[in-house]
Amino acid sequence: MSGLTVDVAVVGTGPAGLAAAVAAAEAGAVVAVVDAGNQPGGQFWRHRPETGDADPDGRGHHDWKTFLDLRRRFRAGTASGRVHHLPGLQVWMASKNHDAGFTLRTTRTVVDGEGAAPTVHATRLVLCPGGYDRQLPVPGWELPGVMAAGGIQAFVKANGVLPGKRFVVAGTGPFLLPVAANIAEAGGEVLAVLESSSLSTWLPHWKAAASVPGKALEGAEYAGVFARHRIPYKTRSIVTAVEGEDRVRAVSWAKADADGRAVPGTGGRWEDVDVVGFGWGFTPQMELPLALGAATRVDADGSLVAVVDERQESSVPGLFLAGEVTGVGGAVLAVLEGRAAGTAAADPAAVVLPAKEAVRRDRHRRFAQAMHRAHPVPQAWQDWLTPETLVCRCEEVPVSAVTEARDALGAEDSRSLKSFARVGMGWCQGRVCGFAASCLGAGPGEPATRSSLASAAKRPLAVPVPISELAALDASTD
Amino acid sequence: MSTLDDPVRFTFDGRDLVAGPGQTVGAALVTNGVTAWRGTRKEGRPWGLFCGIGVCFDCLVTVDGMSNQRACLVELRDGMEVRGTLATDTEESPEEAR
Repeated sequence: MSGLTVDVAVVGTGPAGLAAAVAAAEAGAVVAVVDAGNQPGGQFWRHRPETGDADPDGRGHHDWKTFLDLRRRFRAGTASGRVHHLPGLQVWMASKNHDAGFTLRTTRTVVDGEGAAPTVHATRLVLCPGGYDRQLPVPGWELPGVMAAGGIQAFVKANGVLPGKRFVVAGTGPFLLPVAANIAEAGGEVLAVLESSSLSTWLPHWKAAASVPGKALEGAEYAGVFARHRIPYKTRSIVTAVEGEDRVRAVSWAKADADGRAVPGTGGRWEDVDVVGFGWGFTPQMELPLALGAATRVDADGSLVAVVDERQESSVPGLFLAGEVTGVGGAVLAVLEGRAAGTAAADPAAVVLPAKEAVRRDRHRRFAQAMHRAHPVPQAWQDWLTPETLVCRCEEVPVSAVTEARDALGAEDSRSLKSFARVGMGWCQGRVCGFAASCLGAGPGEPATRSSLASAAKRPLAVPVPISELAALDASTD
Repeated sequence: MSTLDDPVRFTFDGRDLVAGPGQTVGAALVTNGVTAWRGTRKEGRPWGLFCGIGVCFDCLVTVDGMSNQRACLVELRDGMEVRGTLATDTEESPEEAR
């Protein structure tokens, strides 16, 4: 298969993508679904390989029934030939055609010598690429054993085992709770969850929180797990250093003041730590929306997100976006947005959500905004750094090189930091350090600008691609 | 294709290892006590799993002769030959690779 032409292409099969694909197919469109993973679910519903366990029980998952329902309808679509499922593929280039429609060029997620990956042509496009844990550099975060909080979660969900025995989970946001809970339920020891915010920051937002009772229920569930496993949940607390020679051995922590500065003489140290999980909210995967020219804004959490209308359509006609790329808001919201986007992409005249569901969507959006305000990236996080702390892991660029480029050469945004200090030039193309580099360029306590975040997230090739596939572009007739 | 019942045999840098079924290469290494397998280009730092979901490329590994694969995404299969770059220090940069 080298080319496929459809009405609607969907990228991603997480909550948003799966809902979009199902909605578009049920509205009568022929749909192609490109997915980096081997089976539907995305990160949120990541589970054991279905080749070995066809009917996983959904332990450790939320809204698993929603997933099973969407998967059943998705499979009905593939069975009827209306849905073309293209798993194990990543889009490395998305382009808008001169006349109309979009072209997606794909490459295999895992190179296995199985020949060329297909190109997809679609009249309308729904991008649901999701996001990943936002990271802030911390002294010692380059040691093996330090992982993204979501990386630990994925490890447990996909493999059914733990990456170590003794864990510390740190950062900010409600996502730290399910990560710690899943570790404990899988038999790991969570020494503590360190949350940089104070929970009293939720108080001004109680109205938004109370309108989404499901979230309170989830919270109560985690409180139960934490109590049962005796997991200490320490608010206004941060990791000050991860220690070890060849891998994580110990973790030092401290209480933080209101701006997130370590308070001297507080905290302590844990020895014999195997894994430290960090997460500071999420970074939406913005390279494909940016490549297609979608208008962007900076959301309440400081993330670059795309602007969409009520029907999830971006500033680019025919390009629909759903899930974290339109504002980090969790799975329930992503499903609603995906459903709206898929419906709209299949039928421009359709009512995309029943009124009741639109109300639910708006409540979840307000909840997400409240969550972002209650769990901000600590304003003084740059205070934690030492000159040697790595900012860009790929190119091994330390803080000292970044601040020198900023102060001596005027490199105040991610683009000039790339040119002068090689920040974001490596394999991950700035995915991991883009936010931190943008903040460091702006200076202590300053927020990252939209343009700096956008240039950090612009990637001419969305993923590294074999040279043979680039060469094949010249010869292609499409 | 492995099922979720049988253990999977593979080699890492020539060592014979066994992992639980249905795991990724990265998980199989970590559960065997191998926390790092990639040596960085500049300082030769030990690198292993970080993001765990295919975003950071920290965990690059050679699988059956195919270099620069993300260990967190490759499903382990029986008889796989896995090689790291920590010992040999021959990691390529993204520009020269693939």
